[in-house]
Amino acid sequence: MESGKETNRNTKITKSYYFRKEYLGRGFATGCGIFIIVLTFAIGIFLLVRGTGTFTKFHHSIAEFLFSADWSPVDTAQGSGGGVGAAIFIVGSLLTCGLALAMITPFALGAAVFMTEIAPKAGEKIFRPAVEIFVGIPSVVYGWIGLTVLVPFIRDVFHAKMGGYSVLAASIVLAVMIFPTITTVAADAIRSTPDSCRKAGYGLGSTRWQVIYRIVIPASKNGIFTGIILGLARAFGEALAVAMVIGKTKSFPKNLLSPTSNLTAEIAADMGNTASGGEANMALWSMALLLFLISMLFIFLIHLISGSGKKKEKD
Amino acid sequence: MEETLNKNIKTEISVKNLNLHYGEFHALKNITMDIPEHEITALIGPSGCGKSTFMKTLNRMNDLEQGVKIDGTVLLDGVDIYKTMDAIELRKRVGMVFQQPNPFPKSIFENVVYGPRINGIRNKEKLMEICERSLKQAAIWDELKDRLNKSALGLSGGQQQRLCIARTLAVEPEVILMDEPTSALDPISTGKIEELAMQLKKDYTIVIVTHNMQQATRISDNTAFFLLGEMVEYGKTDDVFANPKDERTERYITGRFG
Amino acid sequence: MIADQRTTMQKRVHNAQRMNRIMTVVFYCIGGFFLVLILVLAVYIIINGIRSIYPGVFGFDSDGIGNQFFNTVYLVFWSLLISVPIGVLAGIYMAEYAGDNKLTKFIRISIESLSSLPSIVVGLFGYLVFILYTGAKWNLMAGALAVSILSLPSITTTTEDAMRSLPKSYKAGSMALGATHWTTIHKVLLPACLPRIITGVILAAGRGFGEAAALLYTSGQSTRLNWSNWNITSKTCPLNPFRPGETLALHIWVMRTEGSLNAHSEEIANVCAMILVICVLLFSLAARMITKHVTRKQTGDNA
Repeated sequence: MESGKETNRNTKITKSYYFRKEYLGRGFATGCGIFIIVLTFAIGIFLLVRGTGTFTKFHHSIAEFLFSADWSPVDTAQGSGGGVGAAIFIVGSLLTCGLALAMITPFALGAAVFMTEIAPKAGEKIFRPAVEIFVGIPSVVYGWIGLTVLVPFIRDVFHAKMGGYSVLAASIVLAVMIFPTITTVAADAIRSTPDSCRKAGYGLGSTRWQVIYRIVIPASKNGIFTGIILGLARAFGEALAVAMVIGKTKSFPKNLLSPTSNLTAEIAADMGNTASGGEANMALWSMALLLFLISMLFIFLIHLISGSGKKKEKD
Repeated sequence: MEETLNKNIKTEISVKNLNLHYGEFHALKNITMDIPEHEITALIGPSGCGKSTFMKTLNRMNDLEQGVKIDGTVLLDGVDIYKTMDAIELRKRVGMVFQQPNPFPKSIFENVVYGPRINGIRNKEKLMEICERSLKQAAIWDELKDRLNKSALGLSGGQQQRLCIARTLAVEPEVILMDEPTSALDPISTGKIEELAMQLKKDYTIVIVTHNMQQATRISDNTAFFLLGEMVEYGKTDDVFANPKDERTERYITGRFG
Repeated sequence: MIADQRTTMQKRVHNAQRMNRIMTVVFYCIGGFFLVLILVLAVYIIINGIRSIYPGVFGFDSDGIGNQFFNTVYLVFWSLLISVPIGVLAGIYMAEYAGDNKLTKFIRISIESLSSLPSIVVGLFGYLVFILYTGAKWNLMAGALAVSILSLPSITTTTEDAMRSLPKSYKAGSMALGATHWTTIHKVLLPACLPRIITGVILAAGRGFGEAAALLYTSGQSTRLNWSNWNITSKTCPLNPFRPGETLALHIWVMRTEGSLNAHSEEIANVCAMILVICVLLFSLAARMITKHVTRKQTGDNA
């Protein structure tokens, strides 16, 4: 017993013991935490430096970049004097995302209600895994299906010019892609509504539909908005799937069936083909910077929503 | 109050003017007590009276919580555990058994030898020896010897708690703190743990927090009564229960509040 | 008067009930529609892929996709090698060490920002830093780094959530035995939540498998491997990570834009899509099985 006591406690608690057993691991963990901040800032700063070249090196105005439709940058390493108006691409992005959102939001919310309120068991067992598969399918595969199924379909049904490459095709592909995002986030929000609220509703003689749209949906409003914004963010940043079906013509669309282009498709198509550091190349980097800033804006909006939610709870 | 204790018995832990604040809340008020070696000292009192908090100050588990401020002295074998002793070393000498049995999600064997392992013992035979000795001390060796490699989470609550005691014994502490060790258990398991505590006091000093006054009278040598962060009365268990000096103690043990 | 009120009331209740029935049907339709949609999509992609198989499609030359498949696996392997240690350690920091201060808040915002970055933006950052500034040619390692930036936030969050969901008693039990905080983390907490972390890593790997936009300008849109060349510094050695390494997902994109150069381009893209979808199914199945196994284990059912 006594001898055991000695062997068992022979580790002296010294500085080097603490170094090996605590500070080393703790240091690595802290370092990795800080690394994430550094990485995020690095991405922001590199894009900022590169993306502002259009305005500093080539002296274009921000207003021209945002609002002009004259896209004719000079694609040589040194030349300048072309137009860098990205309005077509900006409008293309806004239009396709807006349309996708308008198309899918009611259905995505319906699906969220279905999997939580109407058929929670089937929702958990069948619907959730299915939605996960939706999320998991790579975006190029969505693009490829859009290209080989949707585009010919639109061409044949609507007799669209340009063989079916269109705003409509891009919007539908995006809609299918953002559906799982909106549904899962909204479903989580709906699920976290306290059961007592529902019971109170039923206790007052409400039908299930009344409980859903008078109590459950208003109570999970913040989560639903967060889901919609996350979906929008995903749509905005999606590149290849859209690029495959939008047609990539550098003009405003005349209607839903005509082709256009958007920010991501333009970057994906031309970044590698322009002379590095030239006017055209720098304009593309400005578009990348714009994408970065927009995704930051979405984060900010989500914080605003959850912040207002918390405040209300406190009041 | 110290005079009520037998002067011939060595003091293991000596607490002087201990105050503890949780932020603004004054949770322990000027506690002074000597805990004798190789005896069982019970801490009783209503919920929220500070008895568990007090026990945690004895092995500095309060260090893990935020906003806790402690002043006063706690001496273990005459050494100040807050000023001159390291918390890690202290916890090896003052083990703890929790209210809810908390085996790790590992095998029974790995649970028992966890302490020796982190102290650098790698020899498999040595570990096996420690495992067997600790489980025997905890009177659970016969039940578990054939399933040492099975998960500890599959044991019953009472078995888990005795396993946790064995895990504490494997580190060979001097003091064992037990925080309501039987409150989550059935009467039969409770009986076994109580019996175990009585045996262990030959080699260890035991401090036990309990809700159950019968338990305190059955197993403890000394009893301290806590109320609202104050230690109201401390003495030999028989004296405290037979003729409490303080009216509040009397009211509590006769079941009039708490 | 009272009778009047009663009939309006009855009418209302009647209407509400009819509305309720209608909406229930509507919700079932929506739910059913999406289930059918995903089923049709998955089945279509797989059947279309099988129908497109031609002799040599799985070969390791310009007609086959063997090289692309190897590149995909190899790239995901490197990206996990980079992102898992950093992500897990950062997750540990957030769950165990991070205090309630500015630094923690900053890290949280950074994780959130990273996770919402469009993958093409991450790809462009990779292009800028790993290709343009280093002066390197397209290489698989640059792609792996870009993909690891994409999976880093999800691995960090998974680890943090897994650690936070553990019972507090594990930590208390270990600390009470005289373990340091770090020893507690790596001997008790990390093993206890390992299955959940592995699940998260599998899902991250699945995403890496299908990633294309981030690789467009990092790992390159071509691949030429010589399977008898094991000189690791050679540009055609399969194991050299500093060579161009086109992946399956990227191959679909390339087959569309440069499709005219290859007679089999449409079949190749169909087969690539099929493989990617099957992999996604397998990954999510694996993740599900681990989760199930863990739930069983944690209820102490395996004694």
